[in-house]
Amino acid sequence: MKSVIAEHLVKTYSKGEVVALNDLSLDVEEGTVLGVLGPNGAGKTTTVRILATLLKPDSGHATVAGIDVIKHPDKVRELIGLSGQYAAVDETLTGWDNLVMFGRLYHLGRQPSIDRANELLERFDLTEAARRPIKTYSGGMRRRLDLAASLIVKPKILFLDEPTTGLDPRGRQDMWGVIQDLVKGGVTLLLTTQYLEEADQLADEIAVIDHGKVIARGTSDALKKQVGGERLEITVENEDIPVAQEIVARISGNTTHLDLRTISAPVLTGSVALMDTLRALDEAKIHPLDIGLKRPSLDDVFLSLTGHVAEEIVEEPIKKKRGGKK
Amino acid sequence: MKYAISDVLTITKRQLLQLARVPEILVFSTIQPVMFVLLFRFVFGGSIASDQPGGYVQLLMPGIFVQTVAFTLASTAIGLAEDMKKGLIDRFRSLPISRGAVIIGRTFGDALLNILVLVVMALAGFAVGWRPTSGILQTTLAFLFLFMFGYALSWIGILVGLSVKEARTVQSVGFLVTFPLTFLSNAFAPTTGMPRALQYFAEWNPVSTMVAACRQLFGLENRFGATADSWPSQYPLETSLFYMVLLMVIFIPLSIRKYKNFSS
Repeated sequence: MKSVIAEHLVKTYSKGEVVALNDLSLDVEEGTVLGVLGPNGAGKTTTVRILATLLKPDSGHATVAGIDVIKHPDKVRELIGLSGQYAAVDETLTGWDNLVMFGRLYHLGRQPSIDRANELLERFDLTEAARRPIKTYSGGMRRRLDLAASLIVKPKILFLDEPTTGLDPRGRQDMWGVIQDLVKGGVTLLLTTQYLEEADQLADEIAVIDHGKVIARGTSDALKKQVGGERLEITVENEDIPVAQEIVARISGNTTHLDLRTISAPVLTGSVALMDTLRALDEAKIHPLDIGLKRPSLDDVFLSLTGHVAEEIVEEPIKKKRGGKK
Repeated sequence: MKYAISDVLTITKRQLLQLARVPEILVFSTIQPVMFVLLFRFVFGGSIASDQPGGYVQLLMPGIFVQTVAFTLASTAIGLAEDMKKGLIDRFRSLPISRGAVIIGRTFGDALLNILVLVVMALAGFAVGWRPTSGILQTTLAFLFLFMFGYALSWIGILVGLSVKEARTVQSVGFLVTFPLTFLSNAFAPTTGMPRALQYFAEWNPVSTMVAACRQLFGLENRFGATADSWPSQYPLETSLFYMVLLMVIFIPLSIRKYKNFSS
């Protein structure tokens, strides 16, 4: 069953001059993670905002848990959790204050709100900071608290809009751990990111979007295959280079590429080629310093799909930043 | 709908909690009006000739009260604009809470803050010689008028806060609107010294009618306006009440509508 479905979403700003979404369609299978990957301005935030009932599309159709987000936003709101790329909490209040307040707004009742707040603070390792104003929190702590706030009613469907943007590597690792735990608990997750590595780590399936459209979709592996197969790479001592080059050329059936002492060539069946090469090198009494199969990175995927690298930032229209961005 | 009231109260409580966590908010909300009391009382009060029994401070205090509650417009707008910018409003809107609870709750919170500010100012006024002479009932009614005026204005603040992008813009817009409005009035000096055209403006200015209404309710003789027989001069209470109702009738529905669609 599909938990989230978006069909032919179109959204323009500034009277049609800025096209944020251009016939975007995607869906998320129940209990899986869809990573929506794209550079700034690709339409990620707009997509999340429409699915989370914060924004109405100009045209198109979307359902969450089978409920139409445009016709019944209130019902959808009871089922989803949303966490944005900034910490959308009251910074003058303490972490505990915030969680209790959100519990009350989910109509949990006083004591259950307090219990849930304590439970979430404990789970996200924020108990010590619970009584401190959010202002004093680090970026990672804020993000964790923001995520905790979206988990108060244990939503089955979660939207995370760039959950690690702006975090340091340590904070990012922590956040990934937290998200992975959530996924193990069975939530359906739609996650947007500009980090290729993040999508690779967290998502079952990836939708690459650019200029408001899904331009490719599939598992991380499938996307990498789409770009090209594996490459065989070996590194040898200088004096062995000519012989090794000959062996690699013969086995791969392709021209080789030499970079310092590393020889590489595209191969069709990677593991077979790898074993054959090892055997041939052994017979020629060459001991490789390093040998392996290299699959294309998601960076390569993005480049070959869009013609530009993911980091090439297209500025988002100002109008959009107001509601959705920092 | 069942939870509408509890939603509003939760949002209002949030603002009270902010006061508890950051008591400076109260200090900063009261420091300016108290400063105005002292400046006008001691700097201008000496040179503004007044035949008012009890001195200029009797005329001044109602003016400062009205000016202070008029600033609610700006503080509501700034608070809301900041919440929007930080994404907090988005989060509220993604929750299954009743429509309007977030902004209604904010107007309540700002109204409660106004009560505290009015109390502090009344004490400051008392300290420098202000004495209402009309008895407890009328005095209470005056404060009720002030409270309601602030509440009505905070709905303009809601619309402004939802319409601008930067809290800092709100701040300057707020001052640009409230300063001329409070000074082109009878709040600090009689309007008779103004050019004729300004006199008419000052006469119909809600700040003037409010100040006149409060002066009357605090037991002062109503000497207001250049043309003493005009409607707002003769009926400051009624005119003020009319303004407050008018503001709320216009701005409450507009604000709620704006809140519901503000990003679609």
